[in-house]
Amino acid sequence: MTPKYKFRVPVYAECISPDIFSGKSVEEILALKVWEGNKNRSLGDLFNVSVEKESGEAEVVIYLSGDFIKVRRVGANMTTGKIIVDGDIGMHLGEGMRGGEIIVNGYADSWLGGSMKGGRIEVKGSAGDYIGAPYRGSKDGMKGGTIIIYGDAGREVGCLMMGGLIRIYGSVKHFVGINMVDGTIVIHGDCAGKAGGGMRGGRIIICGHIPSILPTFTIEDIRPSVNVDGEKISGPFYRFVGDVSDKGEGRLFVSKEKNPHLSFYEKYL
Amino acid sequence: MDLLIKNGYVFDPLNGIDGEIMDISVKDGVIVEKVDEHNAYVIDASGMIVMPGGIDIHTHIAGAEVNSGRLLRPEDHVRDVEPKTPLTRSGVGYSVPSTFTTGYRYARMGYTFLCNPSMPPLEAKHTHEELDDTPIVDKITYPLLGDWWFVLEYLRDRKIEECAEHVAWMIIATKGYAIKIVNPGGLETWGFGGNVKSLDDPVPYFNVTPREIIRGLCMVNKMLNLPHTIHVHTNRLGQPGNYITTIETMDCVKDLATGDKLIIHITHCQFSAFKGDSWANMRSGADDISKYVNAHSHVTLDMGQVIFTDTTTMTADGPWQYTLYGISGNKWVNHDVEVETSSGIVPFIYRRKNYVHATMWAIGLELALLIRDPWKIYLTTDHPNGGPFTEYPKIISWLMSKKAREEILKKINRKARARALLPSIDREYTFYEIAIVTRAGQAKALGLKRKGHLGVGADADIAIYNIDPRKVDPSNDYKAVQRAFSRAAYTIKSGEIVVKDGEIVNTLDGKTYWINFEPTSQLDPLSNVAAELKKRFREYWTVEIENYFIPERYLKHSASITVRPGV
Ligand SMILES: [Zn+2]
Repeated sequence: MTPKYKFRVPVYAECISPDIFSGKSVEEILALKVWEGNKNRSLGDLFNVSVEKESGEAEVVIYLSGDFIKVRRVGANMTTGKIIVDGDIGMHLGEGMRGGEIIVNGYADSWLGGSMKGGRIEVKGSAGDYIGAPYRGSKDGMKGGTIIIYGDAGREVGCLMMGGLIRIYGSVKHFVGINMVDGTIVIHGDCAGKAGGGMRGGRIIICGHIPSILPTFTIEDIRPSVNVDGEKISGPFYRFVGDVSDKGEGRLFVSKEKNPHLSFYEKYL
Repeated sequence: MDLLIKNGYVFDPLNGIDGEIMDISVKDGVIVEKVDEHNAYVIDASGMIVMPGGIDIHTHIAGAEVNSGRLLRPEDHVRDVEPKTPLTRSGVGYSVPSTFTTGYRYARMGYTFLCNPSMPPLEAKHTHEELDDTPIVDKITYPLLGDWWFVLEYLRDRKIEECAEHVAWMIIATKGYAIKIVNPGGLETWGFGGNVKSLDDPVPYFNVTPREIIRGLCMVNKMLNLPHTIHVHTNRLGQPGNYITTIETMDCVKDLATGDKLIIHITHCQFSAFKGDSWANMRSGADDISKYVNAHSHVTLDMGQVIFTDTTTMTADGPWQYTLYGISGNKWVNHDVEVETSSGIVPFIYRRKNYVHATMWAIGLELALLIRDPWKIYLTTDHPNGGPFTEYPKIISWLMSKKAREEILKKINRKARARALLPSIDREYTFYEIAIVTRAGQAKALGLKRKGHLGVGADADIAIYNIDPRKVDPSNDYKAVQRAFSRAAYTIKSGEIVVKDGEIVNTLDGKTYWINFEPTSQLDPLSNVAAELKKRFREYWTVEIENYFIPERYLKHSASITVRPGV
């Protein structure tokens, strides 16, 4: 699929999903409804679609190529199949997804994998804010599945997360894991601060630099390494518990080596 | 355009018409004896039910409180979006729909008259602006007066006439229709961080009791000859054991009734019908309440039925809303409205498998089924507190079909099912009784002379539902009943067809009714009270009296009803 022209207003296209494409003819796919701003259009009005028929019952793979940055909710609630994006993609990609796989060879905008329950999302570039976070006002955070971002990510990664794994190889901005309840977030790069604000459970692992730890976290011990999905990430790490102002028992792991300015915590051990 | 509705099964309880096949004629927005068939638009209603337009005596649809609810719940709206059409505006639902969507959705269900039950006087302008933007339906709104400092002071000093004059001024100033009392005394006590615990627990500083407030305002209501009774949300709402308080509340004004006249309405009674002394042993008090109501004729109720869904609770009962925040741990709003009232909002999910929620679901239906006279209890969910109004068709089917109730009973919490009275109740409502609890009874309780019936001279607000009472057995085919009441075949408002086959075809504006008072020698609120209030306004409110009083021209379609106070 490629866009026919450069979109100026948001396009809501939750119909771009292997579950919905499955079993449909090209004509049926072209007739699927999308919103371009406040105009109801069909997929064929906005996109060139070509279908490579495959024999048998192979899983549906959707290739998107071009600028999809205005196209939102692609792959929402998908349960199976695969979406591959060559280019940038808009907000709410894979929102509420339960299974299948999404690969983005580019940038993914905010709310990537919002409220997802299962499946796997991989972003080769960077991503926006609110990775895995629920829609505004909702408490329905990410419950399962895996999100991997090779570049950087914005603020509030894993907000209200309840399960699953988010792994970011680059750096993140403020409030990673805000209000999280369970699950694991691994940041291989740096964090701008305020990690784990309001967290009640789960784990945040920061392998890079963080300017400071919130005063509502207390140091527990120093760990040589952390296990994530059977893989050993070696430290050593300062291990903090919090957020105590929310009676939280979340665990915040911060690299000792990259954060010598936090060594004063050692006197409380 | 003249209108002739032919061959429908007409249910018009106020005129004693129970499913007779007859024609209804409409001319100039009013029901008339006869129109010339050749010059009239003819609706063939054969095989369909014809009823007066629906009336909702208690539904939170407009004002500061509802709008704060909207702001609080973006996640509620995102799931329920209504795109714009050539005729209708876009909007969102679900539990706190936008104003236009509210009007459309009610009209689609055949409703044409809505009562917004909880207006802080200070927020009256905002409320009327939103009511003006609620299309198709007629509207009224009840100012909250039970904890207004002036009321508390005058009732403490036993100055009933002064109190009446102030209440009258406030009703004119806010373009209100009835006296709303919420947790009398409790809201002011909440200002001191507490709540009242019984009818005789005095309010700090003011030293007046809930009983004195209810009785006082009931006397004021009589004195002013208001068409509706006092509209009461009881003390201790939502607390186990509150059914006693509810019965005491009804009983505390019994002696003020003359003859068979109604003098008190207990709203969303389900929330005030709990037995037990903790959440663990909480159970239904519907039995005792219905016994009381069956034996007395001065009281009416509405259900406040609970639906198993994700909804938004909102009331002026600040202390109760704070408790609810504690129970649910959800996000919350709590607000103190200067010298007048309080309010609170908390999103809430009623779950089938939760013992308390399932018991509440049963209590609402038990009240409606155990109270023998349908003229005494009306169908509401206290929208959106028990669930959104769009779920009314479900409640209609539960009332009409034991089988429909059993379907839900099978799925609810086992302990709640074992303790509920509901499984033992066989009663099933008829279409005639449904017409009473969804329109005729409410029109009677509200004192609306030209609404809720189809007699000659009534306003031509009519609902036609595509269901044939001779062919469909509601007891078995309750799904057909739900379908029919969800999408009216026709809704007619002021003689115009506004809905056809469940879709909006015309978006005219309804009226806003309010009460005006004919000045008498003893009672002349606009000249007596206004001068005194003007003096005291600066020390009591943050706004000037000139900005407070709503002139009639402020309403888009004002319809005043003038009453003559009796004194
Ligand atoms: Zn209410």
